[in-house]
Amino acid sequence: MRTDRHKQKILAVVAVLAALPPVCLAAGGETYVEKANNDIHNQASLQRGAKNFVNYCLGCHTAKYVRYNRMAADIGLTERQLTENLLWSGDSPHATMTNGLHADDGKQWFGVAPPDLSLIARSKGTDYVYTFLKSFYADPAKGTGVNNLSLPGTAMPHVLWELQGTQEAVWEGHTDAQGNVQKQFKEFKLANPGKLTPEEYDAFVRDTVNFLEYIGEPVQARRQALGYWVIAFLVFFTLLAYALKKEYWKDVK
Amino acid sequence: MRDVEWGWLIRYIHSTGASAFFIVVYLHMFRALLYGSYQKPRELLWIFGMLIYFALMAEGFFGYLLPWGNMSYWGAQVIVSLFGAIPVVGDSLTEWIRGDFYISDVTLNRFFALHVVAIPFALVFLVIAHLMALHEVGSNNPDGVDIKKVKGPDGIPLDGIAFHPYYTVKDMVGLGVFLILFALVVFFAPTMGGYFLEHANFDPANALQTPPHIAPVWYFTPFYAILRAVPSKPLGAALMGVAVVLFVFLPWLDRGKVRSIRYRGPLFKFFLFSFAISFVALGYLGLQPPTPAYTMAARVFTVVYFAFFLLMPWYSSIDKTKPVPTRVTYHAH
Repeated sequence: MRTDRHKQKILAVVAVLAALPPVCLAAGGETYVEKANNDIHNQASLQRGAKNFVNYCLGCHTAKYVRYNRMAADIGLTERQLTENLLWSGDSPHATMTNGLHADDGKQWFGVAPPDLSLIARSKGTDYVYTFLKSFYADPAKGTGVNNLSLPGTAMPHVLWELQGTQEAVWEGHTDAQGNVQKQFKEFKLANPGKLTPEEYDAFVRDTVNFLEYIGEPVQARRQALGYWVIAFLVFFTLLAYALKKEYWKDVK
Repeated sequence: MRDVEWGWLIRYIHSTGASAFFIVVYLHMFRALLYGSYQKPRELLWIFGMLIYFALMAEGFFGYLLPWGNMSYWGAQVIVSLFGAIPVVGDSLTEWIRGDFYISDVTLNRFFALHVVAIPFALVFLVIAHLMALHEVGSNNPDGVDIKKVKGPDGIPLDGIAFHPYYTVKDMVGLGVFLILFALVVFFAPTMGGYFLEHANFDPANALQTPPHIAPVWYFTPFYAILRAVPSKPLGAALMGVAVVLFVFLPWLDRGKVRSIRYRGPLFKFFLFSFAISFVALGYLGLQPPTPAYTMAARVFTVVYFAFFLLMPWYSSIDKTKPVPTRVTYHAH
């Protein structure tokens, strides 16, 4: 009986979630994606991204699969630079990037616990995260005062509003064949400028996304660098094997 | 992946290897179709090969749950629930397979045991059986000629060459080409744009939230597309099962007098290539969200897929074949 009720609960939640995407799409904005154009080989950008991440994201979001000292070594920081600039939590440099926010508290305060960001760039893609961080707009109907075009109804407040300023979304209405008015996103309008110019804000978000892509797969740069050597060896091996095959098969007539 | 030295390499070789195994097996099977290698006297060899393919599908399916990502979770949920389509025992059967009322730690445990111990052993023994059956009848050749019919005075077939060194050295080249392609994926595109490692699987398993769009990994999608093309779930599941099993009966469905595609008539060529196209097309459609147009296309390709097998006794027997030479036609180059 209990399990039956449990099953029904799960089914109900699944049904609601399954119904969500079309609802979100109806609000418009499914096609609005900007290119992140980040470069994980750019160490200066990764270092700025790490700074942004620690200052603005880590308070609520963890990166629990990332070790501080490995991250520092990968992006070209010494352990001293790490402890002096990025280790606000008082953790050991060997620790993983976690915070003091309990998941249950997060759920109570925001409605959903802030997700771990270790793999966010791999599951959602860098372009999505880049667009998401640029797509907050004022929406008085929401408790946080903002909504997001990439993830309508998001529980996340616009943490970066001081930097970006506040944006308003401009909508276009048109009447469809059924006589319903469809709202369609047209553009963002910067209502109050923030500390950064739009170009500076784009660069800020790009660096942050770059860092998120790096922590998604810390070995990425090394993997590619090693790949060239492996391929070079295999090409050499294959040419040799081909020459050997030709030699042996001379006998076959 | 992160803290173990070279752990990333092992994991990428493993995940890419899963897809590579299927690519190699599909090519191997298609080669057998092209050159009629399943025909008499190689029926047993073909059946063991098909059993290897089934074991490989089981290995792939069980292994896919183990990373415990959200696509792992929901993929297993969808596939296991297919057994629920069996009348009367369906629901108890799915419960028995899962060991629980939903995909849980119990399921994870048994899938791990099956993936790591049971199925690999089955695979090894089947490969041994496959090779033993091969030794009994010998390899086919692109001409589909029985080389044992023409022997030299020493009793060795005139058209036969020793496996070693000729094929060992030739296969080294094939191995090299394969490893280059394999390494390109492992080192430069381990996710293959979401086809070898699906994006949704970087989210941890969540019983309360389905991924936006559930699709199996590419090597199962031809059959998944067949399943979805049928409006009724029990019938779709049955048809999907039949689509996989039909391969086993090829030696008896084929009434052709020749083996190789070189001497087959236009009818067989037409049906084989429409089959190959529909297999790839179904694989593509199985990856896409179902729209009415895609579902209709999947239905057409499903019909073509089954026509290849079910009409084979007819078209292979009336086809205009070309005369087969008595000896292998090899031109040294």
